Amino acid sequence: MKNRLKVLRAERDWTQADLANALAVSRQTANAIEKGKFDPSLPLAFKIARLFKLSVEDIFIDEDAS
Amino acid sequence: MNNIKHNETNCEQQGNHFIKQLALWTLAWVASTALLRFGAEFIWDYQVAFSIAALMAHLALGLAMIMVNVKHLANLDELQRKITMDAMGITLGVGLIAGIAYEQLEDIKLISFEPEINHLIMIMAFTYIISILIGNRKYQ
Repeated sequence: MKNRLKVLRAERDWTQADLANALAVSRQTANAIEKGKFDPSLPLAFKIARLFKLSVEDIFIDEDAS
Repeated sequence: MNNIKHNETNCEQQGNHFIKQLALWTLAWVASTALLRFGAEFIWDYQVAFSIAALMAHLALGLAMIMVNVKHLANLDELQRKITMDAMGITLGVGLIAGIAYEQLEDIKLISFEPEINHLIMIMAFTYIISILIGNRKYQ
């Protein structure tokens, strides 16, 4: 699943470690989600959305729907 | 927004703590295994009371190791847990298949020695390590 995490993170001048810490996950997990290699669980997706004050759909792109 | 700046994540710090705990308890359990095996032969000359005490200590340390491992698993984030659980699943499968096949090798006269549980444990440990490495590589 594609996402806008890299752009959103860059807009805030956050490193992957900053993002990982804010989400209480490892850097490996933050990196894998950002690269679209690992799809987060629904609770983690909502946590990401809350962190960026956006909706889940604004961050994650459902490629099957397009 | 700069208040979330960190070099090492809290998750990684906690993870390292649990890994150290797990390593210590595993080391203690391995030491108790050696004591149980060699203590009877070389230290207390097969005295039943000492052997039972060593067996109890061995089982208690094993239980403690399992509990620390459960805490370690609970502390992992969802990707780390997926990698670990995948590796455990593969290891269980390989252990079952290889164990049954290995056990039958002597019965069907393909090997002349009695199968040793140690060999199966080594295969399972090797499978687990390789599975963890592949899982981590996959999500790098």
